[in-house]
Amino acid sequence: MSKLLELKNISKIYGELHALDNVSLTVDKGEWIAIMGPSGSGKSTMMNIIGCMDKATSGQVIFDGKDISKESRRKLTEFHRDKIGLVFQQFHLINYLNAVENVMVAQYYHSMPDEKEALEALERVGLKDRAKHLPSQLSGGEQQRVCIARAIINSPELILADEPTGNLDEANENIVLDIFHQLHREGTSLVVVTHDDEVGLEAQRIVRLEHGKITSDKKNDNFHE
Amino acid sequence: MIVALLAIVVGATILSGLEMIYYDVPRQMSAQFRSYGANIIFTPSGDGDINNDDIEKGVEVFGSDELEGCTAYRYENTKIHNMPQALAAIDFESVLKTSPYWHIGGDMPSGNGMALVGAKAAEGLGLKSGDTFVCVNSFEVDESVDTSDIPSYEMYTDPESGETYCDHELELVCSGILETGGSEEDYIYVTYDDITALTMNERGCDIVEVSAAGMQEDLKAAAEKINSMGLTISAKLVKRVTASESTVLTKLQSLVFIVTFVVLVLTMICVATTMTAVITERRKEIGLRKALGALNSSIIGEFMSEGLVLGGIGGILGSVLGYYFAQFVSMNVFSSSITFRPLLIPITIAASVMVTGLACLIPIKSAVDVDPALVLKGE
Repeated sequence: MSKLLELKNISKIYGELHALDNVSLTVDKGEWIAIMGPSGSGKSTMMNIIGCMDKATSGQVIFDGKDISKESRRKLTEFHRDKIGLVFQQFHLINYLNAVENVMVAQYYHSMPDEKEALEALERVGLKDRAKHLPSQLSGGEQQRVCIARAIINSPELILADEPTGNLDEANENIVLDIFHQLHREGTSLVVVTHDDEVGLEAQRIVRLEHGKITSDKKNDNFHE
Repeated sequence: MIVALLAIVVGATILSGLEMIYYDVPRQMSAQFRSYGANIIFTPSGDGDINNDDIEKGVEVFGSDELEGCTAYRYENTKIHNMPQALAAIDFESVLKTSPYWHIGGDMPSGNGMALVGAKAAEGLGLKSGDTFVCVNSFEVDESVDTSDIPSYEMYTDPESGETYCDHELELVCSGILETGGSEEDYIYVTYDDITALTMNERGCDIVEVSAAGMQEDLKAAAEKINSMGLTISAKLVKRVTASESTVLTKLQSLVFIVTFVVLVLTMICVATTMTAVITERRKEIGLRKALGALNSSIIGEFMSEGLVLGGIGGILGSVLGYYFAQFVSMNVFSSSITFRPLLIPITIAASVMVTGLACLIPIKSAVDVDPALVLKGE
């Protein structure tokens, strides 16, 4: 498999704090990895660097063969909106827009809003019939599914999910994980940051972080599509 | 956003209103200053009198909408109860246009045989409204005088010099007493026909008071033009009126300008504060939009266009409301309506949009500085 993402000797230092300390990681195309670790281990910092929302203090980030670590903010923004879809723990839907409009916001900044495509994305997560509902009229699980629909609307190469099931009950957690499996089967790469072992065990590979360093990077033998 | 819109509407209303007042103040003040009397005086350019035809030519220099009034005065000395008394011939119909401050106890004379007596003259002569009195004009009768119309009892011969004199009399009724508090109270005012009959001499006038609307510079230019026409009149500005008018006008316009500036600054502060609050409230949404790929230029464009649309709407509403505000101020301060100036509408809208745009700069900078990674983590 070819490499989609390569972190080479990445460090992120805030004053005296080394949030990430000389970390190297590779994600292959179509691979699903889970990044796990306790609070303060550097998971979020790593996610921000992979998601082009933050820059490393040192090291290289190579995405699809291109070194993006020295790119300007503007180039990084353009890059991540084309290549990466984000899924948040708190969903972050715009409360005055309905479900389909929330999906179309991502289209708006990527290309052109297309309601038909947005409805298709909602259909993929099983929410076409809730398209005209406001976030306040949706359950937590439904809001997370809208968030996933928004993440996949521009057909990104990588889905980056930060604690995607952190605010969900078991039933909704399973629905979200099923959607991730479906996306994986379709060839989308997934990086899921979680501290939930059950969610981590759904991935092909589990990377553990502690104090800004990778302490383990193991293939999940129990992974099944 | 409604608060910001309200601030812009209030600001634009005051801006538009004060603009209208600013441009209408000269007209309004000019009308107010006309109540202080004439602002231009015509005097004879040479030793003779002022030719009545030249008065008409002189006042034609002013446009019909500028000329408020014009009154010619002819002065003569006479005797009443053997006391010397100055008479002035005027046109009673036009005098109040140049001297609107005249206060008349009784009636304004309505024709020949009637006189308006100045308060001081009336006090000296013991006259009151309705009294009849006789004016006497004494002159030497020589070959040039046509004696056919003079009653014989008015003529007498001085035994020492042998010269013939005439005490020509004119009976007048005091129709009203004039009070001004000034030197006008020393005179008795009669018609031109009466003064000609009394003096038996038809001649031009001695002085002409003109009341015209306009700034000091305009009036000065008009006076210079009249003086260059080669007439029997010499036009001069009444500086105590024109200079005061110019000074008050300048100060009033400066005041309006300063108030307008302060209102614009306050509007800008209010809009900036409101936009800052709006952006702070929407920090998470801005962070999300940036995380979804919004460039800084998109964020600037979105908030700036919101601000400019608000500025435009506020400017349109303010232009309309400003007219009524200016009308209200004008009616209460100047007791006259304001002139609507359509050109001020685009100026007000442009100013509102510009002020709103400037007010949005700092809040938008804070929106651009939003770090999506921090905001979406709830920090």
